[in-house]
Amino acid sequence: MWTRLKRLYHKMGSPKWFYEITTRWSKWFMAVGSILMLTGVVWGLAFAPADYLQGNSFRIIYIHVPASLLSQSAYIIMAVAGLVGLVWKMKMSFVVGKVIAPIGASLAILSLLTGAIWGKPTWGTWWVWDARLTSMLILLFLYFGVIAIYNAIENDEMANKAAAVLSIVGSINIPVIKYSVEWWNTLHQPATITLTKKPTMAPEMFIPLMLTILGFYCWFAVWVFARTRNEILFKERKTNWVKKLLLSEHKKTTGAQL
Amino acid sequence: MSLQNLHNPDTPSSATGPNATGNGPWLSARGLFCERDERVLFSDLNFDFSPGDIVRIAGPNGAGKSSLMRILLGLSAGFEGELFWHGEPMAQQVYDFRSQLLYLGHQVGVKGNLSPEENLAWFSPSASQQDIYGALKKVGLAGYEDLLTHGLSAGQQRRVALARLFLEDKPLWILDEPFTAIDKEGVSELEQVVINHAQAGGLVILTTHHDLRVPVKTLMLGGQESEMPLC
Amino acid sequence: MLMALLKRDLLLAFRSRGDLLNPLMFFMMVASLFPLAVSPDPQLLGLIAAGVIWVGALLATLLSLDLMFKSDYEDGSLEQMLLMPQPAMLMVLVKVLVHWLVAGLPLAFIAPLLGLMLGLPNGGFMPLVLSLLLATPILSLLGAIGAGLTVGLRKGGMLMPLLILPLYIPVLIFASSSVQAGVQGNDYLGHMAFLGAYLALTLVVAPVAAAAALRISLAR
Repeated sequence: MWTRLKRLYHKMGSPKWFYEITTRWSKWFMAVGSILMLTGVVWGLAFAPADYLQGNSFRIIYIHVPASLLSQSAYIIMAVAGLVGLVWKMKMSFVVGKVIAPIGASLAILSLLTGAIWGKPTWGTWWVWDARLTSMLILLFLYFGVIAIYNAIENDEMANKAAAVLSIVGSINIPVIKYSVEWWNTLHQPATITLTKKPTMAPEMFIPLMLTILGFYCWFAVWVFARTRNEILFKERKTNWVKKLLLSEHKKTTGAQL
Repeated sequence: MSLQNLHNPDTPSSATGPNATGNGPWLSARGLFCERDERVLFSDLNFDFSPGDIVRIAGPNGAGKSSLMRILLGLSAGFEGELFWHGEPMAQQVYDFRSQLLYLGHQVGVKGNLSPEENLAWFSPSASQQDIYGALKKVGLAGYEDLLTHGLSAGQQRRVALARLFLEDKPLWILDEPFTAIDKEGVSELEQVVINHAQAGGLVILTTHHDLRVPVKTLMLGGQESEMPLC
Repeated sequence: MLMALLKRDLLLAFRSRGDLLNPLMFFMMVASLFPLAVSPDPQLLGLIAAGVIWVGALLATLLSLDLMFKSDYEDGSLEQMLLMPQPAMLMVLVKVLVHWLVAGLPLAFIAPLLGLMLGLPNGGFMPLVLSLLLATPILSLLGAIGAGLTVGLRKGGMLMPLLILPLYIPVLIFASSSVQAGVQGNDYLGHMAFLGAYLALTLVVAPVAAAAALRISLAR
């Protein structure tokens, strides 16, 4: 059993194995993700009943909630990848962590934008300092910090390790930050309508939400795979397997042989 | 000003001396591999350094001398392979290794806003003022003990650091370009200090651009395979 | 060796005590910007005094974090410290202690003066000083992580605040709201308890993280 785990561990650390296996997985995830998203979005936008309080504007949650959940999970995944890279010195882990940072930041921005779009009809303004939006904003700042480290440090190895330390410290602080912001919010605002804080969600609203959440996760995986594969191709560009791969791709697309 | 050599080879090492359990090598490496910016600096590097050795890490610029030194010190983890201290894996003995190590680096490691005496007192908290003054005298800085170090010349500042060689009783010396900014007389006397330390059972590892008139083993980097030719 | 480090750093701080005034002067200046920018109306100022003073304290701390490692990095002393047999995180704790004594604690003494200038109502002074006393160690601890990560970088100056400010936000929230609670005559012990708990968490996490950061920065 241990030998199988060890073998798996070594395989996971190999860029070539990761590249080959994600070639298959990407297609699968993309297909499943698209089906989920399509179903969820159409159901949510067209067929789910309108909310008794907010009318139709609540439908943005089918994008907003997945984006929020995912940007928070992505930070944790990035921190875990950093931890694995630091402790077990697995270079692939660092690559995955590096790749997730801009993805998570984009999702946070998407969450903030959709939150603002949702806020306009609900509260009358484009921005409101409620607990969720403020927490998401701070999460975006945490992402900015990690991205800034990658930009500031030229040496790859040092940048990976520094970003790993920062994302681990950040992820430890995320619960503290969330708790503080929620508490701060209760000081200054009476309980307002917050997302999903409704007592229960009717199943006709809830199921499409689950579908879009799962769909987002699938697309997230595809996105991470795609960027990681790019990094791998670039880093391993001098190895034989990459050269062969690129040559055969070239042959396939142009019919010509170099 | 010259370095006065008062390092008596017959003085036995103190309690921090070499491991009494045997005469095996102190610092060993097996299969060291290091690459930087996609260039392999050295691979499959093996060596055993024993008490009494004076080892010079040599090679052209960029060959990996400082990288190797930082790996030996434990400041850099960017390598593969194994390091051993007194025969055991280094990772389990970091405290022991560092307790017996004196490192003089490329940077002087001395605070400009402190006097030489205060600087040395930090490196050796248990040393008496007498010891410190004695060490400073040996490097020719008698009378400068309580001036602020940033008022001294570069060579004098470096000699404050060199005074540690007389003050701290550490068996392993790792010295990076120790002869920088030292005049000719000082160089030959520092050479003698190094020889005496090795003869007393210490281990010295150094890099330098000077021509040393010292019996060294040379670890040559920058070739296809790193070997350890005997000198 | 750690006691020696403490003595040495305190001595060094004393020798350059002129530099220590800079963050304090900055603190005063920043707080004074608000009446100029918003309005000198004492009613209004009194409302925002707690927040203004606390934001000023955060910014002044960020400015002072350079003191922690930069000088030692530049002359090679930091290298020597990482080669001490004692674990690096203890060394970091000593550095944080010195930084707090030299840069954090003075903020707590100046703050009541700023409170006066900004018309802070009477109930706010006690929690202001208490929160500063309790929270400035947290700022130094978290700051050590940022300082450790950026000590070797040329452009480190702008980067460090980006890294640490999100982590400072819980401190800001609880500290300034404790002052508000005091102003309104409410109990603020709960706020202090949170700050105490956050201090405990940071005491455990920050030295380890900062030591790791220093090793990464010096592995060059």
